[in-house]
Parts: sequence; C-alpha cells; structure tokens
Amino acid sequence: MRIRLLDIAHARSGDKGDTANVGVIALEPRWYEVLEKFVTQKRVAEHFRGMIEGNVERYELPNLKALNFLLHGALDGGGTLSLKTDAQGKVYSTALLRMVIEVPDAEAKRLRLPAAK
Amino acid sequence: MVLVAAGQGFWGDDLDAPRRQVEGGPVDYLMLDYLAEVTMSILQKQKERDPSLGYARDFIGAVESVLPAVLDRGVKVIANAGGVNPPACAAAVKVAAEKSGAKGRLRIGVVIGDDLLDRLDDLIAAGHSLTNMETGEPLSTVRDRVLSANAYIGSAPIVEALKGGANIVITGRSTDTALTMAPLRYEFDWGAKSWDQLAAGIVAGHIIECGAQCSGGNCMYDWRSIPDLANVGYPLVEARRDGTFVVTKHPNTGGRVSIPTIAEQLVYEMGDPHSYITPDVIADFTTIRLAEDGENRVLVSGIKGTPPTDKLKVSVAYRAGFKAVGTLVYAWPDALDKAQAADRILRERLDRLGLKFEHILSEFVGATATHGPLAGDQHNAPEVQLRFGVRDTDRAAVERFTREIAPLVLNGPPGVTGFAGGRPKVEEIVAYWPALIDKAVVNTKVDIIQ
Repeated sequence: MRIRLLDIAHARSGDKGDTANVGVIALEPRWYEVLEKFVTQKRVAEHFRGMIEGNVERYELPNLKALNFLLHGALDGGGTLSLKTDAQGKVYSTALLRMVIEVPDAEAKRLRLPAAK
Repeated sequence: MVLVAAGQGFWGDDLDAPRRQVEGGPVDYLMLDYLAEVTMSILQKQKERDPSLGYARDFIGAVESVLPAVLDRGVKVIANAGGVNPPACAAAVKVAAEKSGAKGRLRIGVVIGDDLLDRLDDLIAAGHSLTNMETGEPLSTVRDRVLSANAYIGSAPIVEALKGGANIVITGRSTDTALTMAPLRYEFDWGAKSWDQLAAGIVAGHIIECGAQCSGGNCMYDWRSIPDLANVGYPLVEARRDGTFVVTKHPNTGGRVSIPTIAEQLVYEMGDPHSYITPDVIADFTTIRLAEDGENRVLVSGIKGTPPTDKLKVSVAYRAGFKAVGTLVYAWPDALDKAQAADRILRERLDRLGLKFEHILSEFVGATATHGPLAGDQHNAPEVQLRFGVRDTDRAAVERFTREIAPLVLNGPPGVTGFAGGRPKVEEIVAYWPALIDKAVVNTKVDIIQ
C-alpha cells in the first residue's frame, strides 16, 4: 500500500549553517515503526536528490517517536550567505512529508495506516 | 517549585509578550532570549557607529513593561540582551528604571567576558586557530574582515549574578538554554556535576527558548484546531528540584501545550540527539520522556546528562561581500515558462554587461522555490514570481545588477507585474564563522550595578 508521510507524520525543520535538519514525528505512536523501517537515510537522500549538495544523516528518537535527518549542503551556503527564500530551512519539513512509501498491505492493515490518496 | 516564563524567542519577537507573561499568573523568572547567530554582527555594526549601542534595544521597553512585577512581586529577569555591549545595556536599563521611579531598587547583574574581539590576534598568536567547524579553514583567512567574535558561555556567571542579589541579569552571548537552566541551578543549588539535573535544565531551556514555538506557534500538528493564536500564551516551565518539569502556559491564553507541540520544538535545530552539547553539560535528547499532565500541561522527565567538553563554541561574524535579490511576478497563462524565459534573458544580459558574480540563484516562487522538483508539474500555476539573487565581493557589480530587473517589465516576456517595490537594495553580507576554543582561555566576570 502506498502511504504518504504527510498522513502519518508531522515535522519541523531548522538550520545549522549550511545544514538543514528535519525532525519527523509519527502522528500515532504505533506508526513510528513505519518511519523507522521505511524512511531510511538512503530513501531520504534519494527524495532530496538535486535539492541538496551534501549527504544525509539519520538519527532515531524512539522516545519521541521521531527521526531526525540532517541534510548537508541544503541551504545554498546557509545563514546570510544564502540567496534562497528558505535560507533557514524552515520548510524542508513539508518537503519531506511529500514522500510516498510502499508498505506491505498486511503491515499497513495491522497498523491501520491511511492509504495515499 | 520554580516558575520560569519565556517572553522573547528572538530579537523582533512580540513586544508585549514579556508583560503578558508576568501579568498572566505567578512567575519567578522571566527569561528573554534575543540573540541569533546573525544578531551579534548587526549589534556590532551598531556599536561601531555609536559606542553606547550594541545591545538589543527592545529589552529596555521590555524591562519598563515588567518593572512593577520586578519591584513589587520579586520577579527576576534574565536576558542575553547585552549583545556585544552588556555594560551599555545595563546603563540604559538603569536610566529607564530611574525614570520610572525605581531608583535604588534594582540590582543589575552584568556578565562580561564572552567578547573575544579585542583578544583575537593574541589568541591566534597563542595557537588558537579558531578553525571553521564546517569548512576547516583557519580564521586567518578572514581575520581582516572580522566584525565580532563571542564565545557561547554557560550558566555559571548567571548563577553568580543571582547569588550576588541581582534581580535583572544581562549577558552577552550566553547560550539560549543557559538563560533558563541558570535560575534552576541557582534555586535548587544543583552542583556543577549534577549532570542529569543540569541536562534537564538545558532541555527546559531548549523547549522555551523560541517562545511560542512550543505553545502552538508554527505548529504543524493539527494546526487548524489550535485556538486563538492572536492571544497566544508564551510558555512557562514549572521546575522541580529533581530535574523533572512541566511545560505549560497561563490560563485564558491561546495556543496549545501538548506532546505534539513540545515534540516539534524538541527536534527544532537538532543535530545528533545523543549529544546536545552546551558549556555546562551534554544532554541526551533520546532520554526525554513526555507525558500529558492535564490540559495544556506536559510533564518532561527522564533526562540524562554527561560531562561537557573542554571547549566552548565561538561565533565569529565577518564581512563576506554583498547581495541583492530582485523579483518580478508573471501571471497565467504560461506563468512558469515566462518566468523561466525572463531568467534566461536576465542571465544573458548580465553576461553581455561583463558582470561576473560569485553566486547567482534564481527561484520560481509559487512553483519550485521551496519544494524544488518535488512540487510536480507547475506549468498551469496562476502566477509565478521570479526571484533572482546575486552575491559578490564587488559592490559595484551587485549595484549594477539591481538596475537590470525593471527593464524586463517592458522589454521581456509578457504578463508581468509586481515590480512596484522599486529597485532591489544592495545588502552587505555579514557571515557566520563557527569555531571552538579552549574553555580555559575564556574568563567571565560579573558586575553588580545598583
């Protein structure tokens, strides 16, 4: 089943120099395992291909049902050097939530995941 | 229990929030965070023009607005409003307070020692290279363009000021989180090695340092249902000696404090969650437990801390050239195609003029500016703004660029509008250089002014 992150998670992003961070939090605690399993470092790097220049790092926060991604080279130099509208990476959060993941039907059903429209 | 209220999340935040925070209910400390990375350099420029400036002037009005609570109810104010000139900030507060009839009733604690600007050459000569943490370059590369250099200092000097009886504490570049942790450390007499408690104080500070961003502001979770943001309640921490605390807000205010609003703020600007490094302690964000504790109340517990490093972070600001950004709006039909055509024409004209720039960035606002290719096909967009920016060390080249936007209205693609703002402004760029320095060479000092 195709699942859109927007339907199962919320997020906030910010900056540190030329790196944007995106924290993604499961809307229901039971959906954290889906984030952990399917929203991998590799998958996120592919998602942002062409938008960021550096690599992607992932950290897990099971206590907050959240993942934290660092997107390096995401802010056109960052801070005051950046010419981007989103120089502080404030809305990379929403860009990540566009991601659609493929979850096996049985698993999606067990976790009562909403299907992508 | 100790109550710490956050009244400012950055310089430019809601001017009335400090007053609402002290009047809305019981509060022991009012914490005001004014400093972001770029703020120090703006303040340094102001100080160059006038040596009696260089601090967050909003703070003076904030103190005036909370003075009755400070004088009559014993509320203490802690702020990093001092910027690059804490003594001048304190002097201005004193003048304002005396005008309001508070003569002799304030004890202002002034923390200095974070400012390394006058010591830079000595520090470099002594082998402190202040290497850029991101690029690995030594500071000598930009030494002649440095505007300000400040070490991020921790809670110790604020605690010292409170012990000295200060009811207003003004710091320069102390960490945002220390402004909240220090009063807890002082009140509960936490030792310098009470790692878990200190870490809890830091987490409390991180949650409330951006003001209403943890109490319903900028909150994505169920955003439509968040009530009355016009009267948003700024956050309060109710802290206990054991390091547990509740985040809440005053009654009869808008916004919301819930696990999702706190969780969003916890991940904001997060790096490695296992080590949130501060001068006092390293906090492990993977140990934080959140629990609902009634309406608009979240209990935070379980936080673990470990000893800090022997370094302090230093924020150096340096002049890094000039930039200008121009915009034009193209309307349907073919809005994106027209904006893209205008972009190509503009680039060709800049080439023909022989103008070279370190960096050019064009964005198509309304189509791809924030989500890039993820936004999908935008060729039917009702309007698209071409946002064209250039950056260079040659001010004249950037200035010349600003003359090239308006002509496109008459001599470029059709369906164009939105140029009423006039020519783009050339802005000097003050860039940020993150570095580390040995803690041992940074000596803070506290003065108490009556």
